[in-house]
Amino acid sequence: MASTSGEGLSSSQSEASEAERWASLIGGSAMVLMGLRQRSLRGVLMALAGGGLIYQGATKQSTIQQAQEAIGMNQAIKVEKTVTINKSADELYRFWHNFENLPRFMKHLKNVKVYDDKKSHWIANAPLGQSVEWDAYILEDRENEFISWASAEGADVDNSGFVRFTKAPGNRGTEVKVVMEYNPPGGALGAAIAKLFGEEPEQQIGDELRRFKMLMEAGEIATTQGQPKGNG
Amino acid sequence: MKAVCWHGANDVRVETVPDPKILNPRDAILKITSATICGSDLHIYDGYIPTMQPGDIIGHEFMGEIVDVGSEVKQLQKGDRVVVSSIIGCGQCHFCQHQMWSLCDNSNPNAWMQDKLYGFGTSGIFGYSHAFGGYAGAFAEYVRVPFADFGAVKVPEGIPDEKLLPISDAFPTGYMGADMCDIQPGDIVAVWGCGPVGLFAMRSAYMLGAERVIGIDRVPERLQMARDFAKAETINYEEIDAGETLKEMTGGRGPDACIDAVGMEAHGTGLGGLYDEAKQAVRLETDRPHVLRQMMVACRKGGTLSIMGVYGGFVDKIPMGAAFNKGLTFKMGQMFGQKYMPRLLGYVLEGEIDPSQVFTHRFPLEEAKQGFEIFKHKKDNCIKVLLKP
Repeated sequence: MASTSGEGLSSSQSEASEAERWASLIGGSAMVLMGLRQRSLRGVLMALAGGGLIYQGATKQSTIQQAQEAIGMNQAIKVEKTVTINKSADELYRFWHNFENLPRFMKHLKNVKVYDDKKSHWIANAPLGQSVEWDAYILEDRENEFISWASAEGADVDNSGFVRFTKAPGNRGTEVKVVMEYNPPGGALGAAIAKLFGEEPEQQIGDELRRFKMLMEAGEIATTQGQPKGNG
Repeated sequence: MKAVCWHGANDVRVETVPDPKILNPRDAILKITSATICGSDLHIYDGYIPTMQPGDIIGHEFMGEIVDVGSEVKQLQKGDRVVVSSIIGCGQCHFCQHQMWSLCDNSNPNAWMQDKLYGFGTSGIFGYSHAFGGYAGAFAEYVRVPFADFGAVKVPEGIPDEKLLPISDAFPTGYMGADMCDIQPGDIVAVWGCGPVGLFAMRSAYMLGAERVIGIDRVPERLQMARDFAKAETINYEEIDAGETLKEMTGGRGPDACIDAVGMEAHGTGLGGLYDEAKQAVRLETDRPHVLRQMMVACRKGGTLSIMGVYGGFVDKIPMGAAFNKGLTFKMGQMFGQKYMPRLLGYVLEGEIDPSQVFTHRFPLEEAKQGFEIFKHKKDNCIKVLLKP
């Protein structure tokens, strides 16, 4: 369902002027958040990447989406979290942009391999010691500001997301917002993969962002794993 | 190594556990030479602190000698003698860099536990429950000190542990209590609780310019200590009404600032006291706020309440009308150890204060249980207990 919305949107991208492009980028995050609540994140991100006016495409999808929601087809896991990190946007952007760094603070990821500046391969831990894999593409990449990505066709877990870096007021560093959407397939495997982020995906992503902050600010991730305790 | 492990309310056991290891690059391992039981350890001992797990090593006020350092430790080396802040701070986040160390963003691996109850996670604390990081505590032969460059303050040789140890927790807690009162010339400061933190708060209030200091407690030896160690006037609230007495002692104005050095297990008198004990016993409230209530009514109009006694959860029947209409200022929080420790070490080295005077009892680590019992029940004139591994 996500991929259809992407195709539906891509037709409106061709004639955007530079000014329109900026307008859509600035308004984009708000649109993405709106889109996330009702429609496919991937579609909105692809529209953003194309520089088109998002809401046209997004609204076009709404009736189909509403129908899907009404019949319970929409199993997407949607998460949105923001953290403020006491570092400059370019430092954070650079670290994140190398997706191979992500497993250092994202516990659900086993490994990420970057092929080139667009394409990467992701391996995530699934329940019961299994793992799921997919290729992902960078959709939109604005230096020190914004990175969005989506899984390629045929991924075990259809997913998309973006990270946005915004200067925080008053020398507080940078606000880092992450929005992700997962569309697990149906059936038993789907149910297992739906738990990729545990029972509370918001908390999982929140914890991962907190570890990202620890790594960036303090240079290490606080832990008590492996310390002594009594016999209980 | 030997360590004091918590197993439930009133159940602490000395057990043999593995030695701590360096887990992160900025860790140090400390051989503990002295530790002491803090009043807030009693909240753990009494079973009021949630997210404790059987087997947890407790204790957060300590000092010792560095025996190992991680690869990123820059300021310390093996053999250094240090006092360590009970509060763990990363030194790099917004809060640490603004000297609000107990609000550190990066030192608590279990901050998510606090998110739901408190809205945000706070710093880690040694041996103080999993919500505060789940760090192994210091009633042991060795302890791992995360972010050691910031939390461990080097101290010179040749001065007894007892003089330096309170810089780890009780002294900065009391000092911060007084510092938050914004003391002006002529101010009268009332301190509820004449235990170690209260005593240090009284001394600190004078150091920061208070004209008069009044200590409030019910235990005669502690009141005596307030008079001797802190040169405070005293009120035994079981003998006379503290609120009315404070008014009379302050020309009818009330104290300019009130410091709570008691916290969640305050003892109350009369019906109010029974009410809170009953509610806490059946878990309808987690904390007994007698001192808070009394301070809100006793404080002068426009005055400051400085809360250093520990609160954990929810309290009931707070006289908000009094606080609001009198325009009171509330300041509170776990102490900002790293902010105050160098300054307080200076006062000790200059001989301006001798913190060792608060220690009345010493026990080997193996007898920690007895130390807890004596301290908890204030037996044998106990003010503070020194534990020696």
